[in-house]
Amino acid sequence: MHDLLYFCQQLINGLTIGSAYALIAIGYTMVYGIIGMINFAHGEIYMIGAYTALIAITGLAALGIAWLPIVLLVALICAVIVSSSMGWAVERVAYRPVRGRHRLIPLISAIGMSIFLQNYVHLAQGSRNIGFPALIEGGLRLGGDERFQLSISWIQITIFITTFICMSALSLFISRSRLGRACRAVSQDLGMANLLGIDTNRIISATFVIGAALAAVAGLLLGMYYGSVDPLFGFVAGLKAFTAAVLGGIGSIPGAMLGGLILGIAEAMTSGYLSGEYKDVISFSLLILILLFRPTGLLGKPEVEKI
Amino acid sequence: MMAQSFRHALFCGVITLIIAWPILGLKLVAEGTSITVRGADAFTWAAVAVAAVVVFTFQLFRDRLMGRLEVLQALNPLANREPLPDAKRIRLENIGMVLLIAVALVWPFLVSRGSVDLATLVLIYIMLALGLNVVVGLAGLLDLGYVAFYAVGAYTFALLSSYWGVSFWMALPIGALLAALFGLVLGFPVLRLRGDYLAIVTLGFGEIIRILLNNWTSLTGGPNGIGGIPDPTLFGMEFGRRVRGEGNVSFHETFGIPYSSEHKVIFLYLIALVLAVFTALVIRRLMRMPVGRSWEALREDEIAARSLGLSRTGVKLSAFTIGAFFAGFAGTVFASKQGFISPESFVFLESAIILAIVVLGGMGSQLGVILAAIAVTILPELAREFAEYRMLIFGAAMVLMMVWRPQGLLPMRRRHIKLKGV
Repeated sequence: MHDLLYFCQQLINGLTIGSAYALIAIGYTMVYGIIGMINFAHGEIYMIGAYTALIAITGLAALGIAWLPIVLLVALICAVIVSSSMGWAVERVAYRPVRGRHRLIPLISAIGMSIFLQNYVHLAQGSRNIGFPALIEGGLRLGGDERFQLSISWIQITIFITTFICMSALSLFISRSRLGRACRAVSQDLGMANLLGIDTNRIISATFVIGAALAAVAGLLLGMYYGSVDPLFGFVAGLKAFTAAVLGGIGSIPGAMLGGLILGIAEAMTSGYLSGEYKDVISFSLLILILLFRPTGLLGKPEVEKI
Repeated sequence: MMAQSFRHALFCGVITLIIAWPILGLKLVAEGTSITVRGADAFTWAAVAVAAVVVFTFQLFRDRLMGRLEVLQALNPLANREPLPDAKRIRLENIGMVLLIAVALVWPFLVSRGSVDLATLVLIYIMLALGLNVVVGLAGLLDLGYVAFYAVGAYTFALLSSYWGVSFWMALPIGALLAALFGLVLGFPVLRLRGDYLAIVTLGFGEIIRILLNNWTSLTGGPNGIGGIPDPTLFGMEFGRRVRGEGNVSFHETFGIPYSSEHKVIFLYLIALVLAVFTALVIRRLMRMPVGRSWEALREDEIAARSLGLSRTGVKLSAFTIGAFFAGFAGTVFASKQGFISPESFVFLESAIILAIVVLGGMGSQLGVILAAIAVTILPELAREFAEYRMLIFGAAMVLMMVWRPQGLLPMRRRHIKLKGV
């Protein structure tokens, strides 16, 4: 009985982390689907989102505004605005000039950008980790007895609901809106879409902005969940999210969601049954194994190399 | 047209404000358990405003400015000159290398102990960068976990010496070969991956090695690291004040000179110099051998190279293994120089620095990489107040290099024959 409860608890924890990973993974997968590059600086954009949210929350507290929905909403909006602007600027400065060159050139540029942004925040805000106030406290008891309680906290519920809303909105946007249709067209064939009068530069910028906005949402949520942020906050999370994107099949949006959830569960199970220190090892090993044996991921389409 | 560019410029200016102001202008300060937000000083605010105005003005007059730049380029007399004849260029390069080595040989006897120590570090970075240059520059395989092989070399020496008392000279080849073995074992499955996937896999591998070193406390001491790594000996002569190993004699007693701690530092420097020169010469030779040619062929066009009968795995694996070998070399020297190692020295940032050196120097170009290694290591030491901006500047430099000059500052030139009158 206890084993089952423990297992369910790990499952809930894993799904929480996993859905946040999925939000970040969307940014990787959309960018890869359209221009075929790994946006290495995406994790830093997520980190900047978390910092901005924290700044907004502390600023509001200083102003004496404490009504939770307002605080969360303002923090969310600030984080989304700053991160999206960052995403737009990064694409403009570091990626657009090198688009279409040899594969490694945009990647090195992205690594440079990632180092730059990490140190930008490090210099501006200090390298120590800063506590993130727990705005949403408490939780629901689902079962169990005195020895072990199965519970789900409100913050976990918030993460589920927010992720669900964001994902649904994104799916609707991609499938129904004009811009979403243009996105799909560009990801199928950039040159052809260009010929048909789609402003591909605008679509690519839009992709970066959407990815960055979702990463900012994840930044706020995971900042509250973990309870602290530091300038290296984005590096590992970015790698994990990239793993999730590859796991689900890079370029595929449902794949990113699936990959995020699987990765989250795998991690929670590792820290629950083995040791928390090895959870990073598990996710990196998973990444290596998937790339070796099924580089297209679970839902991805095989890439045909044209000569 | 003007209205459009004004709108665009305004947009860019506002974006600059948005990305700079909250992070730079509002500082989070922890006070006990609570945190508060403080505005930054007036200088930062002014800087943010100036940045926004500069971006605005630049975007407003962008077209005209770009036109001017082209005029400037035409004025540059060096822009369109004929490249030097090959024979002359190679002679110049050789003279440059010999001069560099001559200066490096005399150098430690003229300067202070601290400078020699720094120079040893520079030489270690030169070895690392030359090794990575084979993998990234020549074979075109982006390896983001290069530091893992460096760690394998360093930890091999540290563990062998602390468990079995193996000396530096024994550990040097063992460390390098073990690192090469790691490269071979890792490379074998992953090298069929495409460029950017390979980069991520090697990054993951580097992180796994670091996490293992950090958590395998019983073997590696975990985050506490391993200390008491012995110094190298010269034909059994030790450089310490007292002899540690049995049957050894000390350097200063043998030659009847007073003990000085500088001997050891200079000796280490000379070892590093010899190894760095060895690395450079071996790689230089390899570059001109068939294997080196096939690295470049595979980098330029994989499909064409394979259709000419090159084995993709074999060629890539050789580059990967050779790169790892020299990283192991450098790792052993590093462990000996520090006397103490811990997983802290082998983080991803270290890989990024080595990659930055290779990228800045010019991928594939040996002289360029050596000069870049010297510059990247020494510049932050020369300007101390500037040191905390080091990584910020590296990052920015990597982006700018990729945008403006992806071939590097001193690009590699290959021997070629030009047909006249075609």
